[in-house]
Parts: sequence; structure tokens; C-alpha cells
Amino acid sequence: MSTVEVLERVGCDVDFDERQTCCGQPAFNTGYRREASDFAKRFIEIFEDAETIVSPSGSCTAMVKHFHELFPGDEEWRHRAESVAAKTHDLCGFLVNLLKVDDLGAAFSGRVTWHDACHGLRDLCLRDEPRQLLRNVKGLEFVEMTNADVCCGFGGTFSVKYPEISAGILDNKIEAIEKANVTTVVSGDSSCLMQIGGRLSRIGSKVKTMHIAEILASRET
Amino acid sequence: MHHLTSDNFDQNAREALRDPVLHGALRNLADNFVERRRIAMSSVDDWEGLRTRARAIKDETLAHLDEYLLQFVENAEKGGVKFHWARDGAEACRIVLELVKASGAEMVVKSKSMATEEIHLNDALEAAGIEPIETDLGEWIIQLAHEIPSHIVVPAIHKTKGQIADLFVEKVGIEKTGDVDVLTGTARRILRQKFAEAKVGISGVNFGVAETGTILILENEGNIRMTTGLPQKHIAVMGIEKVVPRFTDLDVFLKLLPRSGTGQRLTAYQSLITGVKKRPDDEGPDEIHVVLLDNGRSKMLSHPVTRQSLACIRCGACLNACPVYQQVGGHAYGSVYPGPIGAVITPQLMGLSKAKQLPYASSLCGACREVCPVKIDIPELLLHLRAEIADNNASNVKRKFSERLAFKLYGSMWSRAGRYNFGTKAARVMQKLVVRKGKIGKVSGFIAKLVPPLGAWTAWRDAPPIAPKTFRQQWREKLRSGNGN
Repeated sequence: MSTVEVLERVGCDVDFDERQTCCGQPAFNTGYRREASDFAKRFIEIFEDAETIVSPSGSCTAMVKHFHELFPGDEEWRHRAESVAAKTHDLCGFLVNLLKVDDLGAAFSGRVTWHDACHGLRDLCLRDEPRQLLRNVKGLEFVEMTNADVCCGFGGTFSVKYPEISAGILDNKIEAIEKANVTTVVSGDSSCLMQIGGRLSRIGSKVKTMHIAEILASRET
Repeated sequence: MHHLTSDNFDQNAREALRDPVLHGALRNLADNFVERRRIAMSSVDDWEGLRTRARAIKDETLAHLDEYLLQFVENAEKGGVKFHWARDGAEACRIVLELVKASGAEMVVKSKSMATEEIHLNDALEAAGIEPIETDLGEWIIQLAHEIPSHIVVPAIHKTKGQIADLFVEKVGIEKTGDVDVLTGTARRILRQKFAEAKVGISGVNFGVAETGTILILENEGNIRMTTGLPQKHIAVMGIEKVVPRFTDLDVFLKLLPRSGTGQRLTAYQSLITGVKKRPDDEGPDEIHVVLLDNGRSKMLSHPVTRQSLACIRCGACLNACPVYQQVGGHAYGSVYPGPIGAVITPQLMGLSKAKQLPYASSLCGACREVCPVKIDIPELLLHLRAEIADNNASNVKRKFSERLAFKLYGSMWSRAGRYNFGTKAARVMQKLVVRKGKIGKVSGFIAKLVPPLGAWTAWRDAPPIAPKTFRQQWREKLRSGNGN
């Protein structure tokens, strides 16, 4: 709901089509292209009439940008996929680059660091946008941790296919978070937050995980 | 004799994770090389432009590979170089063996070459009673230890100074020392003797210039210069993708390769070899033979997605940047090509059925693509290979029934909002079995067996329970309260 609040605050007319489910990335990333293309078609049919599509996940947004690869030799679907992809944006990119808004009037008290989710960073090239948004939050002390742009080890099915490797990568991330001495670690993808938060919870850390939309929607100090 | 275990990535990786010495070495690699690369990169004005040019050169070459190869051959032949075409590794080994035998050599000196590693040339030479001597220090250490390289550029990166000292005591018979100068001095003394005796030197090739018939090989130790210059016969094993059209193209790659690989502005030596010696008094070999190796490369070339695999210039930057490689090291990949590029090349060289785990040995974070000097989209290649594996007909790789079923279920349950909502409700009931104190802690026993991903996840991490109120419920409440705008 934080995403809805943020979007409404900047004057957007927000709709949520209840038919929507999943972008199909888990199938695509594991190689199940037929299943993934079914998801993609459904997504396109539901969303293609929207003016703009905003997602609070770099990963889902990046998947939408991959849709066209699922229709080799099918020009019509390829075209529809591309036009949907062109108007699909990650929340941070949408706010800063399209609406040119980097101050949401939010307030949040805490020492906060940002974890670059891989898809947001490398597929959508959003590095400065989330940092800019966070720095403008009243009461928020922004700290850059080391290797903020290194993967947390989630990687979808990778996290359960190779849990030991995934956890090894994760522990480097946890080490960097602890070194940064923050109260809250923020990211733009709930999957990274589940991975990082799951480990923080397991080791009994006091550091909290929050989605950037939650911070931007926050009014408390 | 080493064993390739490309199909046991999971076991290999688990063993590697338990090795604290390896972990220390890998951490050094990650810290040093990544930082050195960053500094070296910044000494070039337009790094991005350079990458784009390099890729364009590679794409142009690969699109007309047959023409450029023939041009390369024709021009090199003018300088007296002889060519041999090898369809696969076995044929390449056979050709090299015949050439070595013809010179009557019982020993050959070798410089570091991934192509010769790929075809297991040393095994073939040894089997025929010919002793290959690796002359790159790292490769020589690996050879003494009877191992395969664990890194494309730094083959012995997994070994510590102490381990190398012990190896020298055991294999070379010197007294134990921690002095690196003494160790390298020992290697130099032994290898110099071999250079002086060798009748044949075997090398790889970094670039072959079509326009001039020139071979370029880069190195830091000077051993390649001796391998290719001292013996009467020089044999170079060269993958067919190593050709570039013009001499000036080297400028681009000479800026990119050392910076990406070792963080150097330039390697200590660049050997440009154009033909055999002209007069009897000249230095250099009487004979140069180039073995052009296909070994699966034409197949990579034939598909628009896999073709980019052939743009690789073997710099190793993707290994250094890869979080997975940093955890498990090179040997876990069970192939001479480890890391992200190995995870895409190995299955293509050996067949998917012999390396079916490797395309999944990645979190798809994209760090490899970001550092690649020739902009190879490794995640795209990994996904392409995963799709081939999932399609039984294309790959002959049997996927686990449970996995196929899981994706069928996912496909049907998550593709309709009603079913999706029902699933959420069902999960909320089911999770009562595992939620304690507001979270899902370690799940083992029966439930973990029944739902393996849950067991795998919670072995290391807690899982959040399903929210008491879903987004959909909150959205409906919002609409009902008339606050829908």
C-alpha cells in the first residue's frame, strides 16, 4: 500500500487490476519458457491499455522488459510486449526520471543504508535515483555501505538450489550491513529484502529491512 | 591425472565452501583484482566506447569468420607459417603429437594456454611418452601438483605461499622456505635449463591478425617469448575465434585485456610473431605451426544468442567479479573454464548433459556482464542454456519430475487471480505448521522433505509468514471506503 500512497501523493491516479498475478520470472529464469510466455501474454492483455505501469520491484520490471524474447517469430506478440515494456517502470525510476520528483516530503528517523538489487541496478540502470530519494527524506541519515552493488545471493531458485553458496554470498552482505552500523537496510526488491531480512532475523540482529516505498510513504520522525 | 567433474558442481561447491584456505585466497582475489581493475580502467578516457568498439570488431569478425580466417592463413603462410585444422580436441592433440614426434623431441616447453588446457594436450603428450613442461610459474605449480587451473588468468590462485613452498620441497627437493624470491628463483633456474634443451615450444594465441598473418601473445614473465623463440619448432594452438581483421584492432584489445584481466595498463611482454626466421643467423624458430581449433566453436557460431560466447578474450574479469566464483573458486566448476564464462562455455563445449548444473550456478546478478570488456551478455547465455535444458527434446537432459511438476503447478495456480487468492489462503492455513513467534525458523524433518525449497531456505534464513492482510484485501477496503482516487 506504501507504493499506492507514494504515487497518489505525487498526483497519480492509481488503479490496481485485480486480475493480475505474476510476471512469470521464476519460470523464465529456470528455463521454462512456455510457462513464462503464458504469464507474459496474460500480463500484456491485462496491462496494455494502461497509460503507465509502475512496479515496486526492479526484478518484475526487468522481466517485463524481457517479455519480447519469449515470442520468437511472432511479430504481433513481440510488438505488444515491446509496447508494454516501454511504459513499465520501477517506482524509483518513475518518480525521479519521469516525474522529476526526488523529494516526497517523507520523514523517517534512522540510520539507513541502501542495497542495490541487481535488476534495478544492472537491468534498469538505477543507481543514483533511490539514493537521491532517500537523502531527501527528513530525519533520515543515509550511509553508503561497502559493496552496496554486490548481489545478496538471492537469485530466485538459486537461493534454494544452492542454499550454501547463496548463504555465503549473503553473509558478506550481512557483514557490510553490520559494519555500516545502521538501523535499517532499504532496497527496491522484496526478494532481496526477504533474503537479507531472513538472515538478519536468524542471527538475532536488530537491523530492520524496509522497502523504499515504505520509507517514502513514512511521515513519522 | 586430473578429473573433470563439470557435472558435480553442487558437491564440488560444498567441498570448496568448507575450505578456509581457499576462502582466504578468493577473498584476496576479489579485493585486489576488482580494485586494480577499477583503477586501471579509469586511466582510459572512454572505457564504454572502447568496449563498444571491441564488441563491434568481434561481431564483425564472427559474422565473416570464414573469410577472415582464410585471409589470416593466407598472409601467415607468406611468412612460412604452416596451418593445421582440427575439428575437435582429439584431432588437435593428434596433430600436435605428430609434429612433436617428427622433431624427435621427448620433452616440450609450454606456455600458458587455455586452448591446450581445453583439449587436455598435456595428458595426450604424456600418454605418448613426451614430457610437457609448463613454463608459466602458476601453470608450473599446478602441473607439479597434478591439478587443473582454477582461474583463467591466475591458474594457481587457490594455492597459498605455504602450500607452494611445501610443493617445492616435495617435488623439486629444495629446503623449505617462505621467501618468494627463492621460490621463483628456483623455478627460473629449472625452467631456463628446459628452455635451453627444448626442441619444441607450444603456446596459445591471444589474437591472430588477418591483415598481416601476425600472432599476438601477451604475458608477464617472459616465458612465452622463450617458448616461442628458443626452440626450432613453435606450435601454436589457436581457437578459430581468435582472429581479428586489422592490425589496428589490436590497439583496442591491448587497452582492454590487461586492464580487465590483471588491472595492468599493459602486460610486461607482447610478442608479435609474423612468420619464421628469414635468414639462418636470425633468431627465432625454423618452423611455426598453427593448429586451428574448432572443438564446438562452429556450433556456438551458428546460433545468434550463443555466438557471443566466441567474443570472449579470456581476461577473467567475470570470474573476479562473480559472487558465486568468489565463494567456491574455480575447481568447483569441474572444467578448465570456470566462473561465469565457464558456466556458459563448458556446457557448449562438452554438451549440456555433461554440465547441466553449470548454467544454474549463478544468481543472475549481472556483475559479469558489467565488467566484460567485450560486453558478453552472460546472463542471457545462462538463460538460453537453462531454456535448452528445460526443453527435454532440445537437450536430452532429464529434468527432475518434481521440478517440472512445480512449474506446472506454478503455471496453473499463479496464472489466475482466483486461484492465486485461493493459494494464499491455503498457504496461510498451512503455514500454521511452521510459523513460530511470527516467523518461520529452521524447518527440518517431514515438512522439509515434503517441501524441499522450504527446508533449503530455512536452513540459513528465517522466512516471513504471509501478511495477515494481503494487498488485495487492503486495496478493496480502500475502494469501499471511497478513497480510491
